[in-house]
Amino acid sequence: MEELDGEPIVTLIPGVDSKKQMCFDWGPGELLVCETSFHKKGKSETVPGCPFIYIVRKDVDVYSHILRKLFNESHGIFVGLQRIEELTGKSRKAQLVRVSKNYRSVIRACMEEMHQAAIAAKDSTSSRQFSSQVSILSAMELIWNLCEILFIEVAPAGPLLLLLLDWVRLHVCEVDSILADVLGSENPSKHESFWDSPGNTQTLTELELKWQHWHEECERHLQDGTFVSSPHLESLCKIMLGDEAALLEQKNLLSNWYHFLVTRLLYSHPTVKPIDLHFYAQSSLDLFLGAKSRPEPLDNILMAAFEFDIHQVIKECSIAFSNWWFVAHLTDLLDHCKLLQSHNLYFGSNMREFLLLEYASGLFSHHSLWQLGVDYFDYCPELGRVSLELHIERIPLSTEQKALKVLRICEQRQMTEQVRSICKILAMKAVRNNRLGSALSWSIRAKDAAFATLVSDRFLMDYCERGCFSDLDLIDNLGPAMMLSDRLTFLGKYREFHRLYGDKRFVDAASLLLSLMTSQIAPRSFWMTLLTDALPLLEQKQVIFSAEQTYELLRCLEDLTSGRPEQGEPDQQLQDDDIEATKVEMLRLSLARNLARAIIKEGSLEGS
Amino acid sequence: MFVARSIAADHKDLIHDVSFDFHGRRMATCSSDQSVKVWDKSESGDWHCTASWKTHSGSVWRVTWAHPEFGQVLASCSFDRTAAVWEEIVGESNDKLRGQSHWVKRTTLVDSRTSVTDVKFAPKHMGLMLATCSADGIVRIYEAPDVMNLSQWSLQHEISCKLSCSCISWNPSSSRAHSPMIAVGSDDSSPNAMAKVQIFEYNENTRKYAKAETLMTVTDPVHDIAFAPNLGRSYHILAIATKDVRIFTLKPVRKELTSSGGPTKFEIHIVAQFDNHNSQVWRVSWNITGTVLASSGDDGCVRLWKANYMDNWKCTGILKGNGSPVSGSAQQGNPSPSLGSNIPNLQSSLNGSSAGRKHS
Repeated sequence: MEELDGEPIVTLIPGVDSKKQMCFDWGPGELLVCETSFHKKGKSETVPGCPFIYIVRKDVDVYSHILRKLFNESHGIFVGLQRIEELTGKSRKAQLVRVSKNYRSVIRACMEEMHQAAIAAKDSTSSRQFSSQVSILSAMELIWNLCEILFIEVAPAGPLLLLLLDWVRLHVCEVDSILADVLGSENPSKHESFWDSPGNTQTLTELELKWQHWHEECERHLQDGTFVSSPHLESLCKIMLGDEAALLEQKNLLSNWYHFLVTRLLYSHPTVKPIDLHFYAQSSLDLFLGAKSRPEPLDNILMAAFEFDIHQVIKECSIAFSNWWFVAHLTDLLDHCKLLQSHNLYFGSNMREFLLLEYASGLFSHHSLWQLGVDYFDYCPELGRVSLELHIERIPLSTEQKALKVLRICEQRQMTEQVRSICKILAMKAVRNNRLGSALSWSIRAKDAAFATLVSDRFLMDYCERGCFSDLDLIDNLGPAMMLSDRLTFLGKYREFHRLYGDKRFVDAASLLLSLMTSQIAPRSFWMTLLTDALPLLEQKQVIFSAEQTYELLRCLEDLTSGRPEQGEPDQQLQDDDIEATKVEMLRLSLARNLARAIIKEGSLEGS
Repeated sequence: MFVARSIAADHKDLIHDVSFDFHGRRMATCSSDQSVKVWDKSESGDWHCTASWKTHSGSVWRVTWAHPEFGQVLASCSFDRTAAVWEEIVGESNDKLRGQSHWVKRTTLVDSRTSVTDVKFAPKHMGLMLATCSADGIVRIYEAPDVMNLSQWSLQHEISCKLSCSCISWNPSSSRAHSPMIAVGSDDSSPNAMAKVQIFEYNENTRKYAKAETLMTVTDPVHDIAFAPNLGRSYHILAIATKDVRIFTLKPVRKELTSSGGPTKFEIHIVAQFDNHNSQVWRVSWNITGTVLASSGDDGCVRLWKANYMDNWKCTGILKGNGSPVSGSAQQGNPSPSLGSNIPNLQSSLNGSSAGRKHS
């Protein structure tokens, strides 16, 4: 089996001395290339001049704004085709032909826009470029149309020629109309009646018979010398008899060999069967080109189609067109027609997937077209998912909106590792820029407990330094996310404590404060702060902490002060110790007083 | 392919390495002028140098980015026998306005007694870890256990390769079926030196790296080595830059068949060998999906290698200098985008058939 071969494409990098070596690196969508010298020495000997760094890209087409419409609309058709409910039999064929026609109309629309751009272009270079793009799109449509007739519509003998006639007419319209005029004026009745009802009321054999009669009549006229007086009419008659030499004499009216082919078939073998097509195609090509010309890529593609060699068509198109758009969509459609398998190509679905992966990968180098690429990957059963994973995590998260878009796509596909990674990247970026609220929400979305703990610690440190919280909205509305990490839970609950206090719900606040320590949710390093927070509650007129609770608080305090080898610097420690000692004393006093009041209150008749 | 941008590098001496960051929006260059430069891509697609600083006291051979999960972190290695880790500090708003950023050195790794020839960060699932290799034949693996404190790195492993090392590559596979793995290449030119490519694998039980394989068929000096990104394959693909380009597959042999507890045994096959460069090949590197390999050699070309849907490898593109000077302004590259055709004849054969015909 032949592979996709062809000579490697050479890209020249202006400015690089062809004798110099180059170092390089891959980016997600491009290559970084730079002049260097690989023969390392410790010191450089000569200063070779300041080189340039080059960014090299492929998939140039994704950057054209007119083609963008082509990509967008064909994406819609592609996805529709994958999701469409498969009909059976004739309806299925009609379904597929409709899809094919949709693709072609999208190509034609793009051609038209490109053509307008060529006309409107301000300078000759862009005008030329647009025009050449029109030519290429035209070639694509030509090839696609032929493939539709031969492979998808699978026209049987008889109608086949009609379709080919339409095909040629569509692409070679002017000349055909001239010929038609000429022909029509000579033998109107015979001509028209022949074509009036092709196959609707007659069987193929009836048609053949009729045509044979007509053909013989023409021959007789020729032989009888009916047209001897007019060489023009004579050559016309010869043409209608399918005389190749006569046809070739009118070569300048026939723009190419496939026009010649169809014309020839029209007059010599109107009921040509598909399997015989290639024979006439080859001879038409040979006759038309003559000895001196060689077939060009487009000729080879069309010839392969006439030979019903789908693989060859795809292969030649892959080489001829620099963008995978055409072969990817066409191959996918042909695969849906079950054509790739039926031709016993053992790489059948692999080729479809290979081409779709190539095309989709190319889309990912574009800042917005990558979203189309996602759907193409979705319909590649073997490597689509992993390819999407690799591509999507490289998308630059330049705005929050883009990040959310990317995350949604990953979440929809249960790409949990990518979600985690992207959120982590954003969380880290936020932490480094000291945007703690943002960091926290990304950590939560990443379900990254460790990082959530880290950010929570930062929040708490912040609070200790400034005496207030930043990003209160976020912390207040954590909800179940609070459970992600103990530290985060503590942060949420601690904030809740402040809220309760602010709402003057002192008893609730007190219970919460105590539970933060007894449940071990509060980090030890924070206990002093918590106990200090308890002070205002202890100093209130009414007794808030019960005796029981006060005992607990005392126990916590003892716990804290007893097992306490600080790991700080010795000097700092001494200083801290002084402050600490004072605080501890104050707390002990407060707690003792509260205890006394609580016992009295609980012991007396009103208390309970 | 086409040149989209040309950027004046502004180094005062030879550039040895260029490196894109993970998203392709920043790049770093390092040079014999002992400095590293960081470039940022703006929204409009222009590249600006946002930092340039002296990093070593000798030529800087390689520069590489850590995964952005760890923040903005770079590592460099040099002829001065050290490797260094750098972190970007979010600067004052003035700096931001002037488009400048600051990078600070977090640590210097001084264990090597000779030129440090390569430095590579490990795959992110292994944490913040990097490996260096030196001309003294030792691969060193360092780890920063606290991602928020990059000044603390500890030397976790020293792997003796016995030959002067030129390059290393971590296996990027994060599959649980694969233990951490690192390939080391040697450019030792002495004839007795046999093991030019060695593969080491981490053993969970001994907590050490042990040699798993030596590629015996590679007998010439190796200049670069690269594991391909793993698209869910059970086997590994390794590219080697030596006197030619070689691509190997390493298929783990099932553990039951080998003595358990030892390093994995591999079935090694060579799937491609290309001598198109017709000279020493100095660099090999895979694209992000591991579908295209790029190589560059003494012949001044960068070649692209791709496997088709039947797993046959072919050269699909060549980049080479054409010697002509670059025009002054430099940023914007050549052709405006077009639906291209590789074969110019396609256009002329189309012109014959479509509208461009005489109306006679």
